[in-house]
Amino acid sequence: MAKEKDLSTRVVPELASKPDGKSINEMGWDELVPGAAVYSFDGNIDYAVAHVQPEDRRYAETNSINAYVGDWRVVKPVWNVDLCIDCQNCWLYCPDTSIISREKEMVGIDYDHCKGCGICSEVCPTNPKSLVMFAETMKNEDALNQWPQKQ
Amino acid sequence: MNSKVMDLNNVEVWDGNMAAAQALRQADVDVVAAYPITPSTPTVENYAGFHANGYVDGEFVMVESEHAAMSGCVGAAAAGGRVATATSSQGFALMVEVLYQASGMRLPIVLVQVNRALAAPLNVNGDHSDMYLGRDSGWINIDACNPQEAYDITLMGFKIGEHLDVRLPVIANQDGFMTSHTAQNVIPLEDKVACDFVGEYKQVNAMLDFSKPVTHGVQTEENWHFEHKAKQHDALMRSPKVIDEVFAEFKALTGREYKRLETYKVDDAEVVIVALGTTYESAKLAADKMREEGVKAGVMMPRVFRPFPLLEICETLQNVKAVCCMDRSAPGGSVGALYNEISGALFNSPARPVLQNVIYGLGGRDMTIDTLCDIYKDLDKDAKAGKLTSGKIQRFVGVRGPELGFYNV
Repeated sequence: MAKEKDLSTRVVPELASKPDGKSINEMGWDELVPGAAVYSFDGNIDYAVAHVQPEDRRYAETNSINAYVGDWRVVKPVWNVDLCIDCQNCWLYCPDTSIISREKEMVGIDYDHCKGCGICSEVCPTNPKSLVMFAETMKNEDALNQWPQKQ
Repeated sequence: MNSKVMDLNNVEVWDGNMAAAQALRQADVDVVAAYPITPSTPTVENYAGFHANGYVDGEFVMVESEHAAMSGCVGAAAAGGRVATATSSQGFALMVEVLYQASGMRLPIVLVQVNRALAAPLNVNGDHSDMYLGRDSGWINIDACNPQEAYDITLMGFKIGEHLDVRLPVIANQDGFMTSHTAQNVIPLEDKVACDFVGEYKQVNAMLDFSKPVTHGVQTEENWHFEHKAKQHDALMRSPKVIDEVFAEFKALTGREYKRLETYKVDDAEVVIVALGTTYESAKLAADKMREEGVKAGVMMPRVFRPFPLLEICETLQNVKAVCCMDRSAPGGSVGALYNEISGALFNSPARPVLQNVIYGLGGRDMTIDTLCDIYKDLDKDAKAGKLTSGKIQRFVGVRGPELGFYNV
């Protein structure tokens, strides 16, 4: 039985409403942090942040997780859940933390931050590969129907 | 304070480089990343010697270029340390890109700059080309005339730049060779007194503070860049309050008085020379000589070159009849910086003294008291005539060959 996953799921939290009110987009020169330093999280980190999943972290508005770079992509990785053996190679090698994995099981691809470099596909050890690069314009369902054969 | 104390005499005989190196040692700097270059080499060399002999608890990083030196300083300062370096001329030129990073990131680094000419042609001697090169870089610029002042302003530089209302980097300038290699009497502070004066380093958004993860050196396009530059300029423009406070505190400690605008006998002066560095001291002797001849001569030096003491200069020159702005840097197609800024300072005021621009001393060409007296005599002529008697705004003084001047009026 194949795992049922929504490939379009973006496993990052929605931007929390600013507790202190003002968005950085509204700030005048007198309100910005000196030196254009930007904080990663709201509040102080007085907990083991590595043990908190991204969806539960209190990311600051200025965290780059809120920056969409998906449109930098020309080709995209498509994940074939039926072939994946959850080896975590792609998760380890992805330079943009865009392979989402929970409890050592792959969950999906973060298409908001994946830039389409193809490393995940390159390091995928299955035959045929469980991650294959397709044109950005192709629908994922169509890509899955054109999956390469075992070699 | 460094764990190993250096016993110093009440009066030491130090050149400007040793004076600066001692100030860096006493300031208990966490990281010095440096790449030696003439004439600031001995600042780095002496400091490395202190480090090798156990007098410096902080890190000394020998890097592969001045770009790397300033980059190392930016990294260490962003990490949350007190940071300093030293350079001159070509080294400073190579640092320029990173100077703007340091000031834009609001990192209070102290840079000992021993002023030297910029190539080509290659020249290791003193002029102010490098100081002028950095004048728009957003650093506080303070200028020394002798080793004692080089020591003093280097120590004060930390306290000024690190102040929570300032958080900007500081350049402590001194003239190449004339100050950096001329041994003179210097009255140092004891290690503990100096260290206490500079005070404990206060971290702001330090990268090594893991309770508040932060990114430095970010990209801001048209949506934020202007606001950040406005904030940075605002901090620089408001820094005179802190500079004056630190100068006052230093005077209370040592008796040595510093002003953002140094003046000599300007109260009743009719003719004034404006110059930086060692020329200011020479011009004081020339002014005394001219006063014996009945010329009411005065001297002025914007010791704090950035932020520029525009209003103080304007006020000081209200009753003066002729001013010579002496720029020790090839002006590159215009009047010199001092002429430009001083005429700008006066323009919104009633005063209309005759303004001369003299380019002098390039590449270490000597400026003698006799020549300064000649300049005062010219100024006196101009003051009496109420106009530029040479007919030229800009003149090159001390250069071989036919008279050279520009902007005929």
